Amino acid sequence: MLYRETGQFKISYAADQSVFPIAQDRWFIAAALAFAFLVVPWIANEYMLQAVLIPLLIFSMAAIGLNLLVGYAGQLSLGTGGFMAVGAYMTYKLTTAFPDLNIIVAFLLAGLVAAGVGLVFGIPSLRIKGFYLAVATLASQFFLLWLFNKVAWFYNYNSSGTITAPPREMFGVVVTGPTATAEVRYTVALSIVVVFAIIAKNLVRGRIGRSWMAVRDMDIAAEIIGIRPFQTKLMAFAISSFYCGVAGAMLVFLWLGSAETEAFSINESFNVLFMVIIGGLGSILGSFLGAAFIVGLPIFLTNAPQWFGAAMPIDLQKHIEIMLFGSMIIFFLIVEPHGLARLWQITKQKLRLWPFPY
Amino acid sequence: MTVTEVSAETAAQPNAEPEGDGAPTAAPERVFDEVLLEISGVSLSFGGVVALSDVSFDICKGEIRAIIGPNGAGKSSMLNVINGFYHPQQGTITYKGNVRKKMRPHRAAAEGIARTFQNIALFRGMSTLDNIMTGRLLKMRRGLLWQALYWGPARDEEIVHREFAEHIIDFLEIEAIRKTVVGQLPYGLQKRVELGRALAAEPELLLLDEPMAGMNVEEKEDMSRFIIDVNDEFGTTIALIEHDMSIVMDLSDRVVVLDYGRKIADGTPDQVRANPAVIEAYLGVGHG
Repeated sequence: MLYRETGQFKISYAADQSVFPIAQDRWFIAAALAFAFLVVPWIANEYMLQAVLIPLLIFSMAAIGLNLLVGYAGQLSLGTGGFMAVGAYMTYKLTTAFPDLNIIVAFLLAGLVAAGVGLVFGIPSLRIKGFYLAVATLASQFFLLWLFNKVAWFYNYNSSGTITAPPREMFGVVVTGPTATAEVRYTVALSIVVVFAIIAKNLVRGRIGRSWMAVRDMDIAAEIIGIRPFQTKLMAFAISSFYCGVAGAMLVFLWLGSAETEAFSINESFNVLFMVIIGGLGSILGSFLGAAFIVGLPIFLTNAPQWFGAAMPIDLQKHIEIMLFGSMIIFFLIVEPHGLARLWQITKQKLRLWPFPY
Repeated sequence: MTVTEVSAETAAQPNAEPEGDGAPTAAPERVFDEVLLEISGVSLSFGGVVALSDVSFDICKGEIRAIIGPNGAGKSSMLNVINGFYHPQQGTITYKGNVRKKMRPHRAAAEGIARTFQNIALFRGMSTLDNIMTGRLLKMRRGLLWQALYWGPARDEEIVHREFAEHIIDFLEIEAIRKTVVGQLPYGLQKRVELGRALAAEPELLLLDEPMAGMNVEEKEDMSRFIIDVNDEFGTTIALIEHDMSIVMDLSDRVVVLDYGRKIADGTPDQVRANPAVIEAYLGVGHG
């Protein structure tokens, strides 16, 4: 009853084009952001931050990146893990070579390198579409991981072959490395994700997003009205890889602390793709929902038996968890093939009429 | 033919009477002398299949030019040649005085050629407004960084083009479906949105591939009115393919007839209607 737009008239195109045209949405988002920035770091415990919230943010970032490519530009990619690895290893090289460099700047530069790599691996999209393109992007996944394993320069010739986040400070606070607190890492990750989610939203509602969607929906018609398909696809690959690269850097430097190439295996690529599909193709909000689903569900399933006082052998629990996880994915895809974002949209539609639906 | 048009013509009849016995065409006084697009000796084949052979005709600035012919005559191939999808093996295309080189379709768009498709080619996942806004893409200049901020010049630009898109939405009377995803719209409205998207590019030459295929009489009348209005108000040159002969004869200033990839007639609707080759192509050869 509270959620309705009655009486909210748009008198300018600018107002009509805003991201949240309904005032209640704006209040909700503002409240959620205030809660995430100001309240969560104080009330959440170490486990909550480290096991749930930080990975949620990082995978949201990667899912946004992949959603730009798959959901908006319609180019199926399985190279996410590879592009994330580029971001992580480049940040490592940058921050060990230039210890004074601000770590955020290192993230962004690493993201740019990932964008360049994505650009190169996007070239096959000129000729190949759909599943075949997905197979072609697998090349980037395997080649990049092989490269980072094989060439010792990327991990500074250390004997273990892992990259480790060194302690780096920002405004006098330790942001990365073993001494950085979870609260700080959470806040940094949240800031990055919020800024880049807004940028992604701006991109998709403007000229660039429209040309992506045009290429996705009907590439012939897109070319007829003057869109250059190749440049448009390459730009989608570059920007998507930028997001994935920054997410990969965050994965190592704000969450795991140290990692091998194993952290960016093909499984991660599939995980991020599942997030995008379950969350909703072509929806920024869906990227968050999908990440929350994939990151949160296993944790929920692990902990749920204990809440009900049911104790069971750990291996049985693990198997039940996997089975439930799989069946829930299938359930969601059958109930709503357009993802959680679409469910959310339907709920909002219903809420507008509630309690007087016609 | 639209009802209003019929009455307008019958009203004009008494004035036209003394001048001659020829039946009045859509606008008898229209004169076109500036050639916008000239096609000369164009031949196109796919392997052994000849789609067009040695076709020559021109399209003048400001006219409505119809391309007709039986199925498989090469009409759609002709449009595809004009907007750069196909590259003819022989012949030249002169557009606005320049002989065209081999190029991609997006170049044609930049030079002011827009088109609609026989089977609708809208962006199904986008709203009507977004579809029409894509027609404005070529006119939008702001780069990646401004777009990322969606603020200042990028937003101003967006609003300027939104105003133009709204102008087109008004013109085509599709205000109510502005924010509807086009995949959900009925066929007739989708055709109209597709016309809107082509118009948003402010084309000089508008190619319409069977704009009225599969429509009922009322929808055809609406579409005919829009085509006449576009030609009238925006001065857009129009080349259209259409199978409904009564509409073709009423709308167009000149008609070119193709059959088996060859041009068999070219002229005003009356000349074409009287041409024996055309009658033969459409009705078959008389025996006995």
